[in-house]
Amino acid sequence: MRLEPRESTGLALRVGAPASAIVAALLLAAIPLGFAGVSLIAAYYEMFNGALGSVFALTETLTRATPLILTGLAVTAAFRAKLWNIGAEGQLYAGALAAVVIASYAWSSSPFVMIPAMMVAGAAAGAALLLVPTLLKTKLGVDEVVTTLLLNFVMLLFVSMMVEGPLQDPMSMGWPQSEPIVDEAVLPTLVARTRLHAGLIIALVAAILLSLLINRTRWGLEMRAVGANADAARFAGMKIGRVMVMTAVISGGLAGLAGVSEVAGVRGYVTLDLSPGYGYAGIVVAMLAQLSALGVVISAIFIAAVFVGADSMGRAMGVSSYLADLIVALSLLTMLVAGLVARYRIRWA
Amino acid sequence: MGEVVDILLAVSFWVAAVRIATPLIFGTLGELICERAGVLNLGIEGIFTVGAMTGWMAVYQGMGLWGGVLVAVGVGMGFGLLHAGFTVGLGVSQHVTGIGITLLASSAAYFTYRTVLPDVTSPPRIEPFEPIAIPVLVDIPLIGPALFNQTALTYLAFVSVIVTAWVLYRTPLGLAVRAVGENPAAAEAQGISVVAVRTGAVAVGSGFMALGGAFLTMSAFNAFFFEMVGGRGWICIALVVFASWQPGKALLGAFLFGAFDAFQVRLQQSIGAAIPYQVFLMLPYLLSILALILVSRRAAYPRALMVPYRKGER
Repeated sequence: MRLEPRESTGLALRVGAPASAIVAALLLAAIPLGFAGVSLIAAYYEMFNGALGSVFALTETLTRATPLILTGLAVTAAFRAKLWNIGAEGQLYAGALAAVVIASYAWSSSPFVMIPAMMVAGAAAGAALLLVPTLLKTKLGVDEVVTTLLLNFVMLLFVSMMVEGPLQDPMSMGWPQSEPIVDEAVLPTLVARTRLHAGLIIALVAAILLSLLINRTRWGLEMRAVGANADAARFAGMKIGRVMVMTAVISGGLAGLAGVSEVAGVRGYVTLDLSPGYGYAGIVVAMLAQLSALGVVISAIFIAAVFVGADSMGRAMGVSSYLADLIVALSLLTMLVAGLVARYRIRWA
Repeated sequence: MGEVVDILLAVSFWVAAVRIATPLIFGTLGELICERAGVLNLGIEGIFTVGAMTGWMAVYQGMGLWGGVLVAVGVGMGFGLLHAGFTVGLGVSQHVTGIGITLLASSAAYFTYRTVLPDVTSPPRIEPFEPIAIPVLVDIPLIGPALFNQTALTYLAFVSVIVTAWVLYRTPLGLAVRAVGENPAAAEAQGISVVAVRTGAVAVGSGFMALGGAFLTMSAFNAFFFEMVGGRGWICIALVVFASWQPGKALLGAFLFGAFDAFQVRLQQSIGAAIPYQVFLMLPYLLSILALILVSRRAAYPRALMVPYRKGER
């Protein structure tokens, strides 16, 4: 077997690859479903219905998709420059904590002041958390994969310390939960009587801006050049360290915004279960989208539908909700194969 | 200061240090074998989890302890083969595949656990491996009980280090593993199948990782908990770099780490509530990052690490 790079990947392949990866992952999910001993047809029907079958289900899926778009974009920005940021989970929590610090007290009566301030603080906190491993990489050559992964654990412990300590809600009766943010900082609801909130708009705007940045600006060109071939980029006069720092600020900032959006749009406060692995799922979202910022929106909605659908199916049929995590993991692996087929022609020689 | 001396002179401290080090020895050895052959295995965290679950589950379902160990190693090698199929066979990104294997293996472990035991609230316990005292050696002060009154899996970890070092440096097989990790094209020219050697190394390495997980449920906590691996896999990846990809230094690194971890737990008890307990829990992760920083200047990665090899391609 030999692999020949394709000169260009047509639209059919670029859309067909993730679509077939998703179908394959859903089909492979029949194995755990069979192990759980439920009727496959009923299970798939419940999953579909639970994720997309009603207006309420759709709003739940879009609510779940919001943080996934932002973490997916965070991973997209980083992986484009081959900055292996596996720490979006920790950066999300950093952003969430910063949101509470800024917005637990109404120092302004205008949401137009409070909300932007909270977003800036959250993005800055996420960016700062990624800057540490990025600078360790560029200055000392410390591998960022392990440091970003380890910092997720450090950050979660820091959150635990804060919600049991200085940021604990005095009204929580000892429960590890932060003070709530004030009403002036809460993101407005988009559809009445649902949880869907304006964080979705923030995420969509972020996707468009990141797409423009990557494809239409000099910064984006530098990011892609460093990702494609760092030595060639250096030879062309680009400052690798500076490009990496810029990428880290964008990537960590986006992950931090995911935390802000969850606090200000859904929960209102920080707990230790704020994110069921949105940071790690962001990697799957970004890979399914083949690192296209606009594609992230679609793949995030798909992954969100898997989570919401599997949750609802699990409740109805008594199947563990870890099925959703299984399907998400399977989609990542099937996408790796599909991506290979999209980029290479396979010759059986 | 008196407290520190008290801790260091207590036999229980040294016993705990070796016990904490054991899963790290297995994990670090496993990752080292993969990386020496040129494959980064970020599946380690998930393989730890699935090894911990399957080993425990096999014993809980009535297989003997060694039967459980075999099941864990077999499942770990299976996930290793999957990782190798993607990274060696297809040559796709080792980073992304590894994260995918970790997500898959840990969610498969949790899903299976919940499906088999839907209603348990407190994790069921099993009869674990018992410590075995080695005559004469166990009577050496401090070192004796620490090194020679442990469970069979800890002794297996010591033996594994020696065997791995011997195979890597003294046998043609070890030479082949190192060759495909340093210069795969030259190895292929010598008639070595790069694909076969790398695949084998990743499978064996992953078996060791699963053993590390099995130690947690069969020799330390005696039950399976969600999130029980808690980053031990990632710490092993840092330890491999710290150990300069050498089995002996990996053993030393795991011991140092175990001693540090045992020390912080005891320090926490003697200092009490003056410092939040989370600060102590952060220390192992921060120590791993510090270890990476300390060796960063002289880290000599296997030259073909993370470089996919395709026959005849330049």
